[in-house]
Amino acid sequence: MASFVKNPTPPRSPPLASVGVLGWLRTNLFNGWWNSLLTVLFLALLAWVVPPMLDWLVFNAVFRADSSDECRAADGACWAFVEVKYRLILFGRYPFDEQWRPLVGMLALIAMALASCDRRNWNRRLLFIWAAGLSVFFILMGGGVFGLTSVRTSLWGGLPLTLMLAFIGIAAAFPISILLALGRRSNLPLIRALCVGYIELIRGVPLISLLFMASFMLPLFMPTGVSIDAVLRAQVAIIIFAAAYLAEVIRGGLQALPKGQYEAADALGLGYWKTQQLIILPQALKIAIPPIVNTFIGLFKDTSLVAIVSLTDLVLATRQALGDPEWRQFFIEAYMFIMFIYWIFCYFMSKYSQYLERVLSTTRRA
Amino acid sequence: MAQPLSQPPRTTAPAAPVAWWRNPTVRGILAQLLVLGVVALIVAYLVDNTLTNLEERRIRTGFSFLEQEAGFAIGESVISFSPADSYARAFVVGLLNTLKVSLIGIVLATLLGVLIGIGRLSSNWLVAKLASTYVEITRNVPLLLQLFFWYAVITILLPSVRQALEPLPGFVLSKSGLQFPVLIYDPSQIPLLIILGLSLVAAVIYRRREKRIQLATGREPRLLLPILAIMLVPVTLAHLALGAPLEFDVPEFQRFNYRGGGSVTPEFLALLLGLSIYTAGFIAEIVRSGILGVPWGQTEASAALGFRRTLQLRLIILPQALRIIVPPTTSQYLNLTKNSSLAVAIGYPDLVSVANTSLNQTGQAIECIGIMMAIYLSISLLISFYMNWYNKRIALVER
Repeated sequence: MASFVKNPTPPRSPPLASVGVLGWLRTNLFNGWWNSLLTVLFLALLAWVVPPMLDWLVFNAVFRADSSDECRAADGACWAFVEVKYRLILFGRYPFDEQWRPLVGMLALIAMALASCDRRNWNRRLLFIWAAGLSVFFILMGGGVFGLTSVRTSLWGGLPLTLMLAFIGIAAAFPISILLALGRRSNLPLIRALCVGYIELIRGVPLISLLFMASFMLPLFMPTGVSIDAVLRAQVAIIIFAAAYLAEVIRGGLQALPKGQYEAADALGLGYWKTQQLIILPQALKIAIPPIVNTFIGLFKDTSLVAIVSLTDLVLATRQALGDPEWRQFFIEAYMFIMFIYWIFCYFMSKYSQYLERVLSTTRRA
Repeated sequence: MAQPLSQPPRTTAPAAPVAWWRNPTVRGILAQLLVLGVVALIVAYLVDNTLTNLEERRIRTGFSFLEQEAGFAIGESVISFSPADSYARAFVVGLLNTLKVSLIGIVLATLLGVLIGIGRLSSNWLVAKLASTYVEITRNVPLLLQLFFWYAVITILLPSVRQALEPLPGFVLSKSGLQFPVLIYDPSQIPLLIILGLSLVAAVIYRRREKRIQLATGREPRLLLPILAIMLVPVTLAHLALGAPLEFDVPEFQRFNYRGGGSVTPEFLALLLGLSIYTAGFIAEIVRSGILGVPWGQTEASAALGFRRTLQLRLIILPQALRIIVPPTTSQYLNLTKNSSLAVAIGYPDLVSVANTSLNQTGQAIECIGIMMAIYLSISLLISFYMNWYNKRIALVER
């Protein structure tokens, strides 16, 4: 089509104030008087808080020191505390010369967790990965075989203990929680009542009361003369606790399945267990995976409560490290260090769960 | 081979007799009996073991210990308590302390959480980033650690009483907690309270009337100024007329310590701070996803109908978002209440802490832990019943 304008004027460039850095500032920080006010207010706040914080954290901080006096002389944080005490914080009272064992065991657990994040492993292989990871961990920690000296569980501590409580907790709670979730949706009234009772009872009380129960009442439940290890007792409490929460998550997955799936399975002549195993659970568990990861994050944080019943996990090991009168005053550095450890684990797990939610939901819609 | 036509067509096969063990009803009953039997056996085994153990260790059983003298002091309590009081009263003190910190914590966490949740949705980049940093940090660090951290900050970093901070006039913040002014009670204040109550009733009636007129005629209700007037004018006049003393008991420094006013201990402060800050992170996420969960079409439709932005939010978006927000927020409230049990780690005398002390003194673990669990369970069930009722009330009424 012929143009009626001989020399069309080139389009004018947008006003300077709406493109580039200036444009970004205008749309994101200064759109309207209210947002401008907020921006100025928060910038002032940051200018007031951040520089002294950075000074304390980095610029005036002491990273290496021969004695705590150097830290006391400085204005900044005393990261030297972490450098001096990191073995105690990370591994608790595990024999000093043998601490490569909890280190390798911990790495095995982390490798196991990373391998389970890969969706290609979401099948029978997962079982082998967990069996392998956990056995490597226990052989290394406990010793007594392959020429490793045996180490009592009362000496286990620090990060490996924290990881162990969380991983075994989730792994052992998983089958129980599937049974509980199925039981809660069963149409047999007695079984349903038992499952509902268990789930609501456990979810209604704080974990700390279960831990107290495990440490004071479990010994009474056992036949005379049988004593259970303190670590095992806490582990049992954590499993009981995790099973109830996981059961609710899995029930959510079960409820999300359309009724047609059950009817189709009935039409195929499958019995109850075959229906669950072949039709219902594979789909329901897939839906439930992101919330399962979230439950795991919660459980990982909750393992810190075992410090209250005197298990030397990461938290109690840190408090023991702070018990040294020479370094007692550097509690903020100590707490920040382990907060950072917990934070890294939880942050990446929550990012992973968000990623899963995205990926799994698109594949379902396709 | 063709069948002779005379033969009547076969309708159904004669029902094969189903063996009784294949009957689903029978199987159901059997399965339940089996499970019940196994559970009963396990329980019987544990009970038997426990009874033997209790007898061997000569631990008394029963709840008679509740009437005995507790013999330990409790640092802070809502009702009066002395070591001469009974264990039962100690448990009540613990429960009240738990309820106190939970209720205040729930209010603070909700306020902070809603603010931060809305902040994450702000079009202001800086505000949104700061809010999401807050959420990422608080949600990903165990509460116990946060409690230790705040407790340490309060008891070690804050100045001693002599150089106490005064963030607001009358509010004193130091190593030994927070002290604040309280109104001094005087009997002549009662008429004022009654008048205030009557004004409140009047304000509610006025608001209903205005709403009714709006529904009937479409006239914009005039609310703010008239209600302020109804609430404030009578009380002020009465105060001027009666001259009831309205004086505050302000904490004042006397030789070694601040005296007067109300006060909270550093333990309470640390617990309240930790619980509110931690739970607010979770509530913020719930609020954010609730608001995002309302379809965008609702915003567009309300804009098309000519609603102003504030009215859009108040009348269209928030009521729908609330339906998404309420159920998970309830469970956060429950979590906060249960998490208040971590008080035992920093020495705030809550229910768990009292139960723990009683347990160590009497040795009656089963009774003490049983009482503690029963109380938490009842609190949980009560809150969830109430919230279910509330949830039903605001649920979508489908026609």
